[in-house]
Amino acid sequence: MILTESDLQAIWLTVRLATVVTVILLLVGTPVAWWLARSRSRLKGMIGAVVALPLVLPPSVLGFYLLLAMGPNGPVGHLTRALGLGNLPFTFWGLALASVFYSLPFMVQPLQNVFESIGDRPLEVAATLGASRLDAFFSVVLPLSRRGFMTASILTFAHTVGEFGVVLMIGGNIPGVTRVASVQIYDHVEALEYASAHRMAAIMLLFSFLTLLALYAWRADNGKRS
Amino acid sequence: MRLTKLLIIVCSFFLSTNALAEKITVAAAADLKFAMDEIVTGFNKNHSDVVVEVIYGSSGKFFTQIQQGAPFDLYFSADIAYPRALAKKGLAASDVTPYAVGRIVLWSNSMDTTHMTLASLADPRITKIAIANPKHAPYGKRAEEALRAGKMWDTVQSKLVFGENIAHTAQFVQTGNAQIGIIALSLVLNPELSKKGGYYLIPDTLHLPLEQAYIITKHGADKLLAKQFAQYMTSKETRRIMTRYGFVLPGEK
Repeated sequence: MILTESDLQAIWLTVRLATVVTVILLLVGTPVAWWLARSRSRLKGMIGAVVALPLVLPPSVLGFYLLLAMGPNGPVGHLTRALGLGNLPFTFWGLALASVFYSLPFMVQPLQNVFESIGDRPLEVAATLGASRLDAFFSVVLPLSRRGFMTASILTFAHTVGEFGVVLMIGGNIPGVTRVASVQIYDHVEALEYASAHRMAAIMLLFSFLTLLALYAWRADNGKRS
Repeated sequence: MRLTKLLIIVCSFFLSTNALAEKITVAAAADLKFAMDEIVTGFNKNHSDVVVEVIYGSSGKFFTQIQQGAPFDLYFSADIAYPRALAKKGLAASDVTPYAVGRIVLWSNSMDTTHMTLASLADPRITKIAIANPKHAPYGKRAEEALRAGKMWDTVQSKLVFGENIAHTAQFVQTGNAQIGIIALSLVLNPELSKKGGYYLIPDTLHLPLEQAYIITKHGADKLLAKQFAQYMTSKETRRIMTRYGFVLPGEK
C-alpha cells in the first residue's frame, strides 16, 4: 500500500477532526442526554426532535444553513468575529462545529438510552447515603453507563470520519485544514486517479467495518456477562 | 375496493411522471448554467412538445459518468480534452464540436474589482480566495496557470479555497465566505451576480485557452432531438446568447 503524502495528510486530518468532535460531544452531549433521560418537561419532545434532526436532514440542508450562518453576514459569523475568532468557513474549527451538529444524535441517543435504563433506584440510594447530585452522577451513573459511553463515542467518531456533504459545502477543500479523507477520495475519482482512490477507499471500508465489528463483538460479549 | 382505487391512482401518478413527450438529457459544464437555461428556453419555442433536461456539474465528473454508461445524450465540456478522449474510446456519436472559448475573471461580492489586477490579491485584507479545484476543474486549471504566470501563485497559495466546480466556486464568493474569487466570466455576466459590482477580466495571454466542445454521446446516437439540439447551437439566437455571456465563439475573435 503506497499512500502519497497528501493522502496521509488527509487521513491524519480526519483522525484529528473525529477525535476533537468526539471529545466536544462527550462534554456537550452528556448533559443533553442526561436531561432528555430524566426530564419530564414538555420541552423534552421538542429537544429530542432537534437532536435527531441530523439523522434525517440531507447534508446539503445542513451545509447550506451552516455556510450562511457562519459566513460574514450570518449570526454565527457576527458572533465569531466579535469574539476575535474570525470567520469559520474553510477552517478546521468551522468543520469541527459543523461536525458537532452533524454527529450530535450519534452521541446523545445511545447515552440517553443507557441513562434511561439505569432508572431512579441507584440515584435514590445514592441520595439516602448523602451523596450530592453531582457526586451521584460521577460515582454512580458514570460507572453504570460505561457501555453507553463506549458505544456513543465509537459511533460519533466513525460517523464524523464518514462525513462528506457538509464538509464539501463549507470546507473549501484546503489541504491539511479541511481536505478530509472522504473529500480526498472524491478528488481522486474526479481527477480519474482510480488507483489512488481505490487505496484510500479500501482503507475507509476496512476501518469502518472493523470499527463496527469491534463494537458489535464487544456488545455481544458484554451482554453475555451482564 | 378502496384499496384497488388507491392503487390505480398511485400507479397512474407514477406513470404520468413518465411523460410521453420526447426527451433528451444534456450534461453541461457548470459555467454554462445561465446561458444554457436561456438556450433551452429558445429551443423550446420551436419545439414546444419536447423536454430538454440539463444537468450542470463538473466536466471531469461527467466524463467519468459517461464512461460508466450515464444516460446523457449530449455532453458539453468546459475542456475539449474530455470529449476528445470519449471520442477516442468510441463513446461519441458526433464530431467533437467546439462551441466556445471561456474567460476567467476576478470577482468579489464586497470589493470593487474593476481596477484590480492579479497583483491586488497580495492585499493582506484578502484572506480567502476561491478558485475551482485545479486538479480536475478546467476553470481551476486555468486560474492556477494565470496565477503562476502572474508570479502570484506562491503569494496567494495559503489563501486559496477550492470549489468543486466553477458554480460552487462562485457560490463561495457570492456568500462572502471568500472575499474574492477567480470564476467564469459567463457566471459573472448573469443578472444575479452582475448586480454586485464589476469584474476584472484576466488577460487570456496568462493561461491556455478554455476551449470548450460538445459531443452527442453514444447514448444519444439514435435520437433525432439530440441532433436538432446540436444543430440549434449554431443558430443566430444561440450565438447571441453565448456572446452576451462573454463566450468567444468559434471563428470569432
